Amino acid sequence: MYGWLAVYYRELLILKRRFPKMLASMSVSPLLYLIAFGYAMGKTVMIHGHTYMEFLIPGLVAMSSMTRAFGIGSEINISRFYWHIFEEFQAAPINNISYALGETLAGMTRALFAVILIILLGLLFGVVLRYDSPMFWLAIFLNSFVFSSLAVGLAMIVKSHADQAMLTSFVITPMAFLGGTFFPLSRLPVWAQDILYFVPLSHASKAIRAASFGEPVSLTSYLFLAGIGAAFFFMAVCFVNRARD
Amino acid sequence: MIDFKDLGKKYGATYALRGVTLHVPEGEFFAYLGPNGAGKSTTLRILTGLTRRTSGEAYLNGFHIERDSLQAKRQCGLVPQAINLDQELTVYENLNLHGLLFRIPAAERSRKINELLDYIGLGDRQGSLVSRLSGGMKRRLTIARALVHSPRILFLDEPTVGLDAGIRRRIWALIKKIQNNGTTIFLTTHYIEEAEFLAERVAFLDEGRIIAVDTPQALIARQGTWAIDRVVDDDIKTVYFKTREEATQYSVNQEESFSLRRVNLEDAFLALTGKKVK
Repeated sequence: MYGWLAVYYRELLILKRRFPKMLASMSVSPLLYLIAFGYAMGKTVMIHGHTYMEFLIPGLVAMSSMTRAFGIGSEINISRFYWHIFEEFQAAPINNISYALGETLAGMTRALFAVILIILLGLLFGVVLRYDSPMFWLAIFLNSFVFSSLAVGLAMIVKSHADQAMLTSFVITPMAFLGGTFFPLSRLPVWAQDILYFVPLSHASKAIRAASFGEPVSLTSYLFLAGIGAAFFFMAVCFVNRARD
Repeated sequence: MIDFKDLGKKYGATYALRGVTLHVPEGEFFAYLGPNGAGKSTTLRILTGLTRRTSGEAYLNGFHIERDSLQAKRQCGLVPQAINLDQELTVYENLNLHGLLFRIPAAERSRKINELLDYIGLGDRQGSLVSRLSGGMKRRLTIARALVHSPRILFLDEPTVGLDAGIRRRIWALIKKIQNNGTTIFLTTHYIEEAEFLAERVAFLDEGRIIAVDTPQALIARQGTWAIDRVVDDDIKTVYFKTREEATQYSVNQEESFSLRRVNLEDAFLALTGKKVK
């Protein structure tokens, strides 16, 4: 199991080297969403007793933790198809669980930085929510675990970098907009709500929003995220072997 | 010690390796010679755990490559054909990461890395980013990385491909030095002179099959010692001789231009397969 530390260590070194650039690129989208949707369009909008800016920030936290955690898949692909660094891990005496765990944790670490950045941006706009709630951080932890595990698993089976980009377009982008980030799901028709109930981001948005408002959280959402995260992680471990061909 | 029996690899309907069998004793310098697509890299990828075999069995120092994969991997170091160093990390960080992957204790890791960097002449570049190194330096660093965990077997996949003659000879000297420390070397190459200069034994591989295994001298001797190349109808015809006297005698009667040279492994490969290695 020790191998995960080496895999994680490598990702941290890369993160450290790219940190200023990464921070800048991480800020652009949330800042634009906050200005366009939160500040300009949503100025007069109230949702469930909260300003739209207050409603938006937990949604952006959920969305960014998802996209940044999923982004580890692209990093793996670059090191696999372009730099061939993945072969260094394959030839090392580490098992599949260690590799998957190291990369999953790396994705979760990136997600954590994205979340902190959004909280800081929110403060700039004068929005202070309940970030001291353990349930807030637990929901972020589970959400990033779900999408980081999914990304690691998919990165093992895609055949090119283009395939990975396609997955982002067809899976992550629709989820980002329909997972309760920008509007409450209760405004959609019931059939759409039923479908979106099975989208992990819907549960993450709901849990993160409730915790950050200091409202009671739904345990079902946490169990759903934990269950699906465990399933994706198991899938990632199994798929590491498939990457050997 | 490397052992494999009936090792095979099939990609769809295409055979990359057709049941090869080989024994390389401990400490030997062994070269695996063949043209591109012969199955050299496939063999090496299977032995080092990068690719799954389709058939056969393989052992590294007695450890089965799949059933005891972690133990088998600890036995060997791999220098891949494509340089796969982390370009965004420093020279030291690349070696340190490898040491971590092989669970080398911190103090020993640091000592070994400094020793290796001096060994390959990069002692003063340990803080440099890999992206700033020259091709030859990167190649030497890739070899050093494979040695951080002191492997008893070193696999080198075309280690000098794309390097100029001067750097190639420096790499040869480095590899020879490693073997002198008792490491078993398994080298794949399509450079005839590389195999001839370095290896104690050579296997010829063609279309996924081993067609001959012997010392370079014995393989060459099968053809003769001297060769005369003649240009005949836009092609080169080669005639082989046991002695230089025989070759000289033959050349006296030649009207076309010709060149006299020593027989090499390329001639031996050509005689067995009808094709050139390169």
